[in-house]
Amino acid sequence: MASPSDLAVSEMDFDALPERSWVDKIKDTARKKPLGAVSACAVLVMLLVAALANAITFYDPVQNAFDSMHVAPGAAHWFGTDQFGRDIFTRIVFGARTALFVGFSASILGSTAGLILGVGSAYFGGRFDLIFQRFMDIFISFPLIIMALSVVSIFGTGTQNVILAITIPLIPRCARVVRSSALAIREIPYVDAARALGFAHVRIIFRHMIPNVMAPYLIMLTSFLGQAILLEASLSYLGLGVQEPTPAWGLMLQGGAEEYAESAPWIPVFPGLAITAAVFAFNLFGDAVRDTLDPRLRSE
Amino acid sequence: MRNTRMKTLLITAVVFAVALWSFAPAEAAPKKGGTLKFVVGSKIPSYDGHIESTFGMIHPIRPFYSLLIRVNPDNPASPTDFVCDVCEGGIPAPTEGHTKYTFKIRGDITFHNGQKLTSADVKATYDKIISPPKGIESNRKAFFSMVESVTAPDPKTLVFKLKYPTGAFVPALALPYNFIYSKADLDKHGYKWHQKNVNGTGAFRFVQHQPGAFVEGKRYDKYHHKGKPHLDGYRAISAPKMAIRLQAIRGDRAAIEFRGFPPKARDDLKKALGDKLTVQESDWNCNLMVTPNHKRKPFDDARVRRALTLAIDRWGGSKYLSRIAIVKTVGGVVFPKHPLAATKEELTKIAGYWPDINKSRAEAKRLLKEAGYPNGFEFTLHNRGVDQPYKVVGTWVIDQWRKIGLKVKQWVQPSGPFYATLRKKKNFDVSIDFNCQSVINPLVDVSKFISDDKAGNQYAQYQDRQLDKWFEEMNKEPDVKKQRAIMRKYEKRALDEMAHQFVTLWWYKINPHRSYVKGWKIAPSHYLNQHLDNVWLDQ
Repeated sequence: MASPSDLAVSEMDFDALPERSWVDKIKDTARKKPLGAVSACAVLVMLLVAALANAITFYDPVQNAFDSMHVAPGAAHWFGTDQFGRDIFTRIVFGARTALFVGFSASILGSTAGLILGVGSAYFGGRFDLIFQRFMDIFISFPLIIMALSVVSIFGTGTQNVILAITIPLIPRCARVVRSSALAIREIPYVDAARALGFAHVRIIFRHMIPNVMAPYLIMLTSFLGQAILLEASLSYLGLGVQEPTPAWGLMLQGGAEEYAESAPWIPVFPGLAITAAVFAFNLFGDAVRDTLDPRLRSE
Repeated sequence: MRNTRMKTLLITAVVFAVALWSFAPAEAAPKKGGTLKFVVGSKIPSYDGHIESTFGMIHPIRPFYSLLIRVNPDNPASPTDFVCDVCEGGIPAPTEGHTKYTFKIRGDITFHNGQKLTSADVKATYDKIISPPKGIESNRKAFFSMVESVTAPDPKTLVFKLKYPTGAFVPALALPYNFIYSKADLDKHGYKWHQKNVNGTGAFRFVQHQPGAFVEGKRYDKYHHKGKPHLDGYRAISAPKMAIRLQAIRGDRAAIEFRGFPPKARDDLKKALGDKLTVQESDWNCNLMVTPNHKRKPFDDARVRRALTLAIDRWGGSKYLSRIAIVKTVGGVVFPKHPLAATKEELTKIAGYWPDINKSRAEAKRLLKEAGYPNGFEFTLHNRGVDQPYKVVGTWVIDQWRKIGLKVKQWVQPSGPFYATLRKKKNFDVSIDFNCQSVINPLVDVSKFISDDKAGNQYAQYQDRQLDKWFEEMNKEPDVKKQRAIMRKYEKRALDEMAHQFVTLWWYKINPHRSYVKGWKIAPSHYLNQHLDNVWLDQ
């Protein structure tokens, strides 16, 4: 059993520890989770590429240049040109904007809506929770792509509708996970105390419960990013996503895969690689965030 | 001595000539037998030709039926060469001031159910097409607006009486949709029976249809064109994806696709199959149009519409787009090879066809400025979710409009909702549209440009009584020269002065097929020459 003097010493030592800088923390995390670090770098590069697209490309992503149709990769066109003579590298760079815009918008909207609905369902409980969860069961029973296709077929194509189509199937998935955490939070005395003090339901949910389920929310959010990018590419590939001349990876793949896979393989290959790399990076990044935030998966 | 030498020389020459003639490759005689497998890229909405307009129905179903007259199978490229199918002899000369056509119906034709065909069947068919009872659809009744009456005075005679003489009548009879139905079927089963049932007099009998998979037909031994068909049967395989259709031909799972492939696909197939592949190409009686919605601002302003057409470089586009899409020919409202079509010189006087594109675009910018849009404006182009040629041409015209400062987004819909938007919702700014016809019949084909209360397929929502008047004048004008002169005025007003809606490029048909498929000749329409009675397999 430790003596009071021992405790005092250990507390003193703890206070005396120098506070680590954020650079050190990043280095430490990178050392512990190298894959996560690499994926974070890839995500960062993607964000920079999307933000600085105008500065790092030499061509207009949408302007036709028929004098340069089907040019193979080379010094003038690193990834070659497509059937309209457009530079594929430029379109991939600008396509990152579409992918990230749709990916982030759908993930944030879907996760946030799921967060609110999941916590609300847990908080109110009873018959409301029972009925609400059955609705969630129905939505979850459909594969993501089927659900997204149904939404697009109802609301039509276009960037906003694609975001909506991806958002809707993500909501129940997040709501279900968040609800399970919120059910535990609901039983903690400070929620009862807030109720006893007469706080409104909205205040209890937003001020006292949601901040305590941020970890599963962030985990879901990051894991949705890769899925959302893949869904956007899938919908565009099926001709139901964003439309020409907007640069989008799935659309580029769709425009080139069927006709040019043999004679001009660079047209489908590079957008395909871009989709693969982005989804891989975001999935690894999501895993790393989960490992960091989920206490059961922490190595220390 | 000299005579003997001459004789010897003569005999040698004759013998040599005979030897040459006997060794010369004779035109191969058609071989009997075999099953033709072909791929079809569209679905079958129903079997009833009188209400359908898609090649998805024509390609698998047309071989079960006959027509009164048809485009000459040996010369399908000609817009004026028609021959009898269930009628006898040639196309009858009109009498009574070109207002009466008397057809003799063959007496040796039986339907697949064994019933004999008479003129009463043909009359019942045309009654259904021209004047169907209330509630019964007929997609092409407008093509027969000149018909006053159809009568069958005896089993072998059919008489059409016209309200006025017109050159548009005979081509309308040859439309491939005018399937001859049995009067007994119509009387017994009603006018909708043929939507789900088949009983014709065509070269092949219906065997089965597995929806989404294939349609199967087998040779009709009592077919009225003696010695035909050559095939034992055919199988029309449903394959909506172009890649699958291409691979089917490449892997010899199918021998032909009758609609057409883009140039790149042709080149790839040719490279892979060499002599095993034959390619037939033709101008196509289809054009892709741009249709501004006149009910929406600023497209109610003719200056804005003129600017849209002036921005499009058709001559340049033809050169490059023909390498990646099934479009090629620059033309006005009339099928480019037809005598009524504008010559190149005439075309270059129409807005959007000027040879100098920079001058054309400068004028477009001036017009936009004059209309109150010096910096351009934004709008949405409505398009059909089909790559060839819709989405390719859509992407191209958006780029053309960018060059005059317009910012255009594309709104693509699958075929069903696309048509619903054009026909019912009408909530588009500018739409891609098309004018695809089967038999080349410009006097009727250009009806797409008359007022929307007269033309069933004009989606720009305008009314132009001047165009209506000229359209009627053209159709009633027996003198071809005068017809042509009216057509030029009509074209100039529709495409240039009012720029109601405009043609981008005409389609170009490319049919690569296995070289063992013989007897099929490409026509200027994917709806024509699909009876398959002259097709045979050299295997």
